[in-house]
Amino acid sequence: MASHPTRPSLSRWIIIALFVSGMAMSYAIAAVTASGSEVNVLGVVVVGLVIFGVLTVGLSWATEGRRKAVNRAMAGLITSAFGLALIPLVSLVWTVATLGVARFDSQFFSSSMRNVVGAGGGALHAIIGTLEITLIAALISIPIGLLTSIYLVEYGRGRNRFSRWVTTMVDVMTGIPSIVAGLFAFAMFSLFFGPGVRMGFAGAVALSVLMIPVVVRSSEEMLRLVPNELREASLALGVPKWLTILRVVLPTSVGGLVTGIMIAIARVIGETAPLLIVAGFTQSMNYNPFNERMMTLPVFVYNSYSSQGMDAQAYLDRAWAGALTLIIIVMLLNLGARIVSRVLRPAGNH
Amino acid sequence: MGKIIELDRVNVFYGSFLAVEDVSLTIEPQTVTAFIGPSGCGKSTLLRTLNRMHEVIPGARVDGEILLDGANLYDDDVDPVSVRREVGMVFQRPNPFPTMSIRDNVLAGYKLNHDRLSKSDEDEIVESALKSANLWKEVKNRLAKPGGGLSGGQQQRLCIARAIAIRPRVLLMDEPTSALDPISTQAIEDLVSQLKKDYTIVIVTHNMQQAARVSDRTAFFNIAGEGEPGKLVEFDDTSVIFSNPSKKNTEDYISGRFG
Repeated sequence: MASHPTRPSLSRWIIIALFVSGMAMSYAIAAVTASGSEVNVLGVVVVGLVIFGVLTVGLSWATEGRRKAVNRAMAGLITSAFGLALIPLVSLVWTVATLGVARFDSQFFSSSMRNVVGAGGGALHAIIGTLEITLIAALISIPIGLLTSIYLVEYGRGRNRFSRWVTTMVDVMTGIPSIVAGLFAFAMFSLFFGPGVRMGFAGAVALSVLMIPVVVRSSEEMLRLVPNELREASLALGVPKWLTILRVVLPTSVGGLVTGIMIAIARVIGETAPLLIVAGFTQSMNYNPFNERMMTLPVFVYNSYSSQGMDAQAYLDRAWAGALTLIIIVMLLNLGARIVSRVLRPAGNH
Repeated sequence: MGKIIELDRVNVFYGSFLAVEDVSLTIEPQTVTAFIGPSGCGKSTLLRTLNRMHEVIPGARVDGEILLDGANLYDDDVDPVSVRREVGMVFQRPNPFPTMSIRDNVLAGYKLNHDRLSKSDEDEIVESALKSANLWKEVKNRLAKPGGGLSGGQQQRLCIARAIAIRPRVLLMDEPTSALDPISTQAIEDLVSQLKKDYTIVIVTHNMQQAARVSDRTAFFNIAGEGEPGKLVEFDDTSVIFSNPSKKNTEDYISGRFG
């Protein structure tokens, strides 16, 4: 018999012992081979984990039988894959946080780069620009995207030719490179305002070209999740279709819609290329999105890094602080989305 | 009070597919009429044409006449929305609105339409609808709680309360107990018997015992085969259908030889 129900399985203490001995073996190997030079901690941990895995699976095969050994091997592989996926993410956040914290001070959030050479200065102009441009992009994209998805789900139900065409166009738009969106906005605004136009609003238009398809796609999925039975229940009560959509479909899916919109905002807030073209860059404050160049955080980071001045370290520190600020803004948006969708979640479905 | 429903040579199509062919029957006011028959025979489809809910499905259309107290539901100037206020509907699976409390679910027909009611009118409607649906005692102390927290049978009675709160004349029930346990089924069946003194009720059911228990008249539908339209085979008093049907086909179905 391969495996008997009463056969004892490996206890947690044995697993811990195996882990410790794996690490010890790995350290011993490293100490012997690296005689004299310094021991690489990361290398020891990775080799130790591999030894631990081999030991566990081997012991499991010998005492627990083949099925449980295979289960442990697979669980180990899946956990390692998860760990691998996590490494770049943790490393990125760690790098940005440690390098960004140097200039993450009050001056950074209270002054622009006007007349600053070398150390000092701040990114207030870029933060204002990013917030204004993203807000305008959201104001343009959310109504268009939401209404398009309502059309596709509620009115294009018969999969008519027009709704298929819209769906295809949205798919194509999802794949547009962001630089193309920037060129599009630049070309369009040049027609109205003459060549060489730069303004924050044009940047917002470029971003909404990128944002609309994301909003349409995510909202469409969320609206399709609303059970048809709820629409029928409402219609059968003599409620017109538009009120059914407004007062039954949208409230039921509002949590998902908000999450989708926040993801779309996070997607465009870090765009650099289109803003570099149409919003340009400047060292000064500019609160007016309809006039003159406007700095944004991604462009600020790019600019600080690419054209370092006399005191190179001061420019690099500002670039990292700008990156950290951008990540924090995105994280706050995601946090806000979670809170909103939790508050608005339909009650009682447990 | 309930209304009389007359169907005259009704055909129902999905696109070019004929789903129900040539049905003529008369449903008397304040009676319970059961539609029975095998799956796919068009009984639910026909039920939905009685309040124009079939129009929700793209391509569905009706020809022939359906008269509600003599007025054709399909006249050009008839608004399907107003038809549905006269002819309420209860569905197979309980579908209370998850975003609303029990109280708001009962009032949904008014609230969703922005109808303004005084607080006392609202209270009165909620209480009388829930009492009619035999649910008042169970929920009167938790009207502000969400409707989704009730048991399946209670949810279905909540849906019935919601349907009758807007005071329709006719109540359509599309297999209202097929998702419920026997005790909840019993509660709904008792309720149907009480409601018939105020409403004309049409109930679609797969359960022949249920048809025999609750209905006054029974219509048996059948299809000749896959892709064929459903037809009305026999329509008579329930006692006659279940004891002495005139068609061989009906007898075979009733006695469980097919379907």
